[in-house]
Amino acid sequence: MPHPPTQTALADLAGLWRIRVFEETVTRLRVEERIAGSVHLCIGQEAVPVGACAALDLTRDAVFATYRGHGWALACGADPAALFAELLGRETGTNGGRAGSAYLSDPGHGFYGENSIVGAHAPIAVGAALAARYDGSGRVALAVFGDGAMNQGAVHEAMNMASAFDLPVVFLVENNRYSELTPIAAMVRDDDLVSRAAAYGMPGSWVNGNDVGAVRRVVAEAVDACRSGRGPVLVEAHTQRLVGHYIGDAQTYRPRDEVEAARATEPIVVLTSALRAAGAGDAELSAVEARARAEIAAAAVTALAAPPADPATVKEHVHG
Amino acid sequence: MAEITYAQAVNAALRRALSEDPGTLLFGEDVALPGGVHGVTRRLRREFGERVFDTPISESAILGGAVGAAMMGLRPIVEIMWADFAFVAFDQLINQAANVRYVSRGRLTAPMTVRTQQGATPGSCAQHSQSVEALFAHVPGLRVCLPATPQDAYDLLLAAIGCDDPVVVIESRELYHSLKGPVDQDGPRAPIGGARVHRAGSDLSVVTWGPMLHTVLEAARVLESSGVSVEVIDARWIDPFDTDTVVDSVSRTGRLAVVHAANLTGGFGAEVVARVVERGVSLSAPPLRIATEDLRIPAAPALQRAAIPGRDTVAGRLLSMVAPATTA
Repeated sequence: MPHPPTQTALADLAGLWRIRVFEETVTRLRVEERIAGSVHLCIGQEAVPVGACAALDLTRDAVFATYRGHGWALACGADPAALFAELLGRETGTNGGRAGSAYLSDPGHGFYGENSIVGAHAPIAVGAALAARYDGSGRVALAVFGDGAMNQGAVHEAMNMASAFDLPVVFLVENNRYSELTPIAAMVRDDDLVSRAAAYGMPGSWVNGNDVGAVRRVVAEAVDACRSGRGPVLVEAHTQRLVGHYIGDAQTYRPRDEVEAARATEPIVVLTSALRAAGAGDAELSAVEARARAEIAAAAVTALAAPPADPATVKEHVHG
Repeated sequence: MAEITYAQAVNAALRRALSEDPGTLLFGEDVALPGGVHGVTRRLRREFGERVFDTPISESAILGGAVGAAMMGLRPIVEIMWADFAFVAFDQLINQAANVRYVSRGRLTAPMTVRTQQGATPGSCAQHSQSVEALFAHVPGLRVCLPATPQDAYDLLLAAIGCDDPVVVIESRELYHSLKGPVDQDGPRAPIGGARVHRAGSDLSVVTWGPMLHTVLEAARVLESSGVSVEVIDARWIDPFDTDTVVDSVSRTGRLAVVHAANLTGGFGAEVVARVVERGVSLSAPPLRIATEDLRIPAAPALQRAAIPGRDTVAGRLLSMVAPATTA
């Protein structure tokens, strides 16, 4: 079903472009060695964070993401300049350079952080949901992780405890079909991951993770179920990364034509086509991209001008 | 002041924390309706309702749940039934809880208390017997204490709960029901940290913690009859560790021994010795560590007695520091 060329759909497109351009800029900064260390990009997967965050109330909800989390931070509303600064090790970074690309957080925007231990944030999200039972916030916790995390014990423990206690957690699997460098299909008997929801007695929904509108609808239903006290929900969003697991990943483990084929169904292509079919003009669509490029470029300039993290502060905040 | 057991002191501290702060939660395996496998959390469910609850046998979910609830502003107290079980979920303590404050520059915190208990008791198997405090103390961001008396079981736990960082309180299963003492339950809640000199002495300073305190105090009495005066310091907290109290004592006695039930290699005793030596304290004898040798812990009582230093072993080795020629 084509999206109507609504402000919502145009805002979705803007959200996709902001993440895409942010990640492209990060690639350049990493290749130029201005960013150090491992960087995991979400190029191709942008519709999942944009759709899911649109379904949340980030004044009270809590998002827990993975090291492939720049897009999630942006979709939550983090300042792109602060995110660039974090990756660049600058004082103005979201975490003052202490987190880097893979462990950053911005709780002022409901982004309780990336996590660099696969699946470890699922129990923490359960704790955030548990708190909601006592603090009257009505908070829903969203834990997003990859297909590989579905084989982590901590994720099982989290799903079981959330189900047993009817806690408001959306467990969202971004299934890009690769658990780091290994196909998920080779690591499970049945790669229909959402079917596991039944084992926990919770609802499970599959969604095309390249369709931002579909993601928003499915996650909104999950959030409603959580908010109304019906307990956790598992959502599986199928998507793909158009890049390696990390910058520099040669991807020898992927069929040669797989990425090329995926370009036809990636979220920006899908939404742009739908908007065009619904009557949006090229100028309008180009303007969305251009605004995102201008915003992100300015953010990078701001971040690159920021002072480096201050070594004199390295011993601060170990304890209260 | 009425005498209560160590376990009752823990229970009283939990009751006070739950009463004074509605943001306090207590959860873990079998802690609520059954009242804990050692009876430590009895009656708290009845008094505090759903703020006290049982969990699945899921240490990652328990500890991760505590991290998440603490990040949201609550003050969870969780029980890891045996310290050995913490290894099932070390990630949640070391990679998660301990990082929250530092990596967020204090925008997020994890004010959670992890109660556990450790040590060997007759028949306890190798997976329910280890003394693992050094593993926690190695991790910056975690605080670690080991109460050895009913009063400290009460005071240290309340200090831990009041701390704005993750604290591991390592209780003693051996002492839960065997040790009674007067417990003042009306005092102000103390901050974390601080050693206690349990016995003043002039010939030798002994640093210890946990139930080994009582073995050391017995050994000190044995040595007293030999005319050797032993100062006994209960570290109570190994993070933060009260180096000043130890250095002050060793500066007077010139001799330092550290006694712990944990294994020798990499044990916290090595850290205590290093800290004192690094301060340049003048010693009249080489410092001594008395610890369980680098063994696994056997179940049979006779084997446990052979593995873990008891009163006579401790007394003999301490005496050798003071009078090496006569005991070598």
